Amino acid sequence: MDTPSAPDSAPPPAGDRREFLTKAAAIAIGGAITAVPPIAGLCVFLDPLRREASAGASVLVASLSALTEGGEPRKFPVLADKVDAWNRATNVPVGAVYLQRLKDNKIRALNVVCPHAGCFVDFRPAQNKYHCPCHDSSFGLDGAILDPKSPSPRPLDELPVEIRKGTEVWVTFQNFRAGEHKKIPV
Amino acid sequence: MKALDWLDHRTGYKRLLHETLFENVPGGARWRYVWGSTLAFCFMVQVVTGLALWLAYSPSSQTAWESVYYIQHEMWGGWFLRGVHHYTAHAMTVLLVVHLMQVVIDGAYKAPREFNFWSGIVLLLLTLALSLTGYLLPWDQKGFWATKVATNIAAITPVIGPSLQKLVVGGNDYGHHTLTRFFALHAGIIPGLIIAFIVGHIYLFRKHGLTPKLPKRRPDAAFWPDQVLRDAVACLAVLVVVLFLVFRYHGAELGAPADPSEPFSAARPEWYFLFLFELLKYFPGGTEVWGAIVLPGLLMAVLAAMPFIGNWKLGHRFNLAFLWAMMGGVAALTFLAIGADRSNPNHTIAVRTAEQEAHRAVVLARGPDGIPITGAVTLLRNDPLTQGPKIFAKSCASCHRYDGHDGLGGQPKDKASAADLKGFASRAWLTGLFDPAKVDGSLYFGDTAHKRGKMVKYVKEDVASLDDAGKKELAQAIVALSAEARLKAQREQDRQDEALIATGTKALIGTKLSCIDCHRFHEDGEELGTAPDLTGYGSREWIVGIITNPEHQRFYGAKNDRMPAFGEEKQLTPHEIGLVTDWLRGEWYEPAAKKPE
Repeated sequence: MDTPSAPDSAPPPAGDRREFLTKAAAIAIGGAITAVPPIAGLCVFLDPLRREASAGASVLVASLSALTEGGEPRKFPVLADKVDAWNRATNVPVGAVYLQRLKDNKIRALNVVCPHAGCFVDFRPAQNKYHCPCHDSSFGLDGAILDPKSPSPRPLDELPVEIRKGTEVWVTFQNFRAGEHKKIPV
Repeated sequence: MKALDWLDHRTGYKRLLHETLFENVPGGARWRYVWGSTLAFCFMVQVVTGLALWLAYSPSSQTAWESVYYIQHEMWGGWFLRGVHHYTAHAMTVLLVVHLMQVVIDGAYKAPREFNFWSGIVLLLLTLALSLTGYLLPWDQKGFWATKVATNIAAITPVIGPSLQKLVVGGNDYGHHTLTRFFALHAGIIPGLIIAFIVGHIYLFRKHGLTPKLPKRRPDAAFWPDQVLRDAVACLAVLVVVLFLVFRYHGAELGAPADPSEPFSAARPEWYFLFLFELLKYFPGGTEVWGAIVLPGLLMAVLAAMPFIGNWKLGHRFNLAFLWAMMGGVAALTFLAIGADRSNPNHTIAVRTAEQEAHRAVVLARGPDGIPITGAVTLLRNDPLTQGPKIFAKSCASCHRYDGHDGLGGQPKDKASAADLKGFASRAWLTGLFDPAKVDGSLYFGDTAHKRGKMVKYVKEDVASLDDAGKKELAQAIVALSAEARLKAQREQDRQDEALIATGTKALIGTKLSCIDCHRFHEDGEELGTAPDLTGYGSREWIVGIITNPEHQRFYGAKNDRMPAFGEEKQLTPHEIGLVTDWLRGEWYEPAAKKPE
């Protein structure tokens, strides 16, 4: 469309003020109405930031008799209540732990999640170590990093264990943020 | 400025901007030119809010309602976002009609603008298709049943109908694939087509220029800034109306979750499709195709032929008359549909029930158990407050009443012929039973075979002649008997009256009242078979038992009047008996009273 006027071509001076007001009003109103839908959408988009990390809950994971003193670590599923947006489920798998029975009825519980990028580690009996299948991080039986060049920033996450009624192994289950040197609950 | 020149050299944006802003407006800016821009604005709003809703929507029959519930009630500003999307859709439909009317009235459909007119009609139809598909997505009762009707109508299309329906529904029945298909249509395919047609529509509009309203009142002017301001103000007005509706109704409505096994007599299409809904009432069975497809098709054909009709001498007048007649017809049919529903008490009850169930679904979803994986529909199916009255109305209300009605608020055809069970086994209910003036009234045994039975005789003679001490014992016995029911509403009272209940129990098995001359009460009294067992009277287990089989010797035995053995005869499932029992006993989930929101 060819129009003789251009943005900066001078309009008649009498209409100057009126035209300035028209332009200002058009920009202000146009800007305001255009902003409403994105703002509404942005709130929903940012909603996840409101959701706080959940505190770890104590869960019955195994009976003491399932573990032999000084034996190899064994993997157990952790069942707990889970909230997934609108769904609430009770007693469903939320993760897994390796349990190892040490001397004096002490139990060591390690979260199976590799602190590097969140894969599940395997226990390799032949080498007596934990190994992550994703990026080859390896950890000792106590969860410590074995290889100084390990991609994992911290040892495997140890979880608090309590023996109740002399036979029940309860673990305070918690996941931690991957890729951090410190244990930050998620 | 140098940077802008650099940018312009590479993109040519200045020319584009110039063309956009300095389009010629013949005769200067006018309010009647704003409609196209308001529609473009609405479409922009729908795209932005639609994408944001997409972030949280999950199309499947177990998650669609649930995710929409979550948006509406749990997410930050979710109700607002949904409300804007919903009411802008309404606004868009209205504006489309206004735009069409303005184009026809101003003769803007005539040569050489035929293609522009036709692309506008396609955009109108595509937008209506967006409304139709969007209506289903929340998967609530309203959307589900309205869509079921709409797709069944599509099935009567000659030849291709049944296949068309199967393709739209995604199978033989409504479910996951209905939602995935409607969602793909609503959020992908139709908007994509609309964008393509809008581009074409605007291109043609720019090619032929605005159709001036003659005579011109002022010299020609550029689109910027006068017409832009008018357009912006018009869009602002639309937005203000939308926001008013959003705040007035706290966002869009969300009905109870869709349940294919639960009829929904409040099913109506969105108000702008009501004329079609009403039109179908006038076509007898087998001829619906005329009302649903042929007639609307013909009207659209005339609309599309307007540019040609307009070439005749009187063509433009015909077009105008046709359009006004069509709008008048649509308005009249809409008015008739609304009027018919207003004057129909059954529809009013259906709408009220629908609102109650919608509210109840949200209460349960926010309850301590949340929504199970099987979806929110299970919450309502297992809720005594929702199902109890329906089961009562269906199976009990031909004889019994609940507070004088059939449980749902209606009146059954048959006169009441058995006890009113509101508050059964409560202290108040039992006090009435032992009132010589009431025991053979219609609330208790009045219309049953027991009217001349021993119990009525006992109340009318023995109870009536009790001395003051006897009356006191009776009152205590009533408290003790009522405590057997362990009613939720009396739980606190029963706990406080522990001593009174102990005294009442003694009175119950005492010689003065002589209840156990006929009844059994725990270890005391007659063998079962002479009169209903008072052990656990009115408890869940007791009521389930009597509904299952009233002829069991624990209840009425051979003296049972006309009550069917609902459980034994499999007239009701154990699950249904449990639900109606819990409802009669007032056992359902109620949220703890919290601060008002």
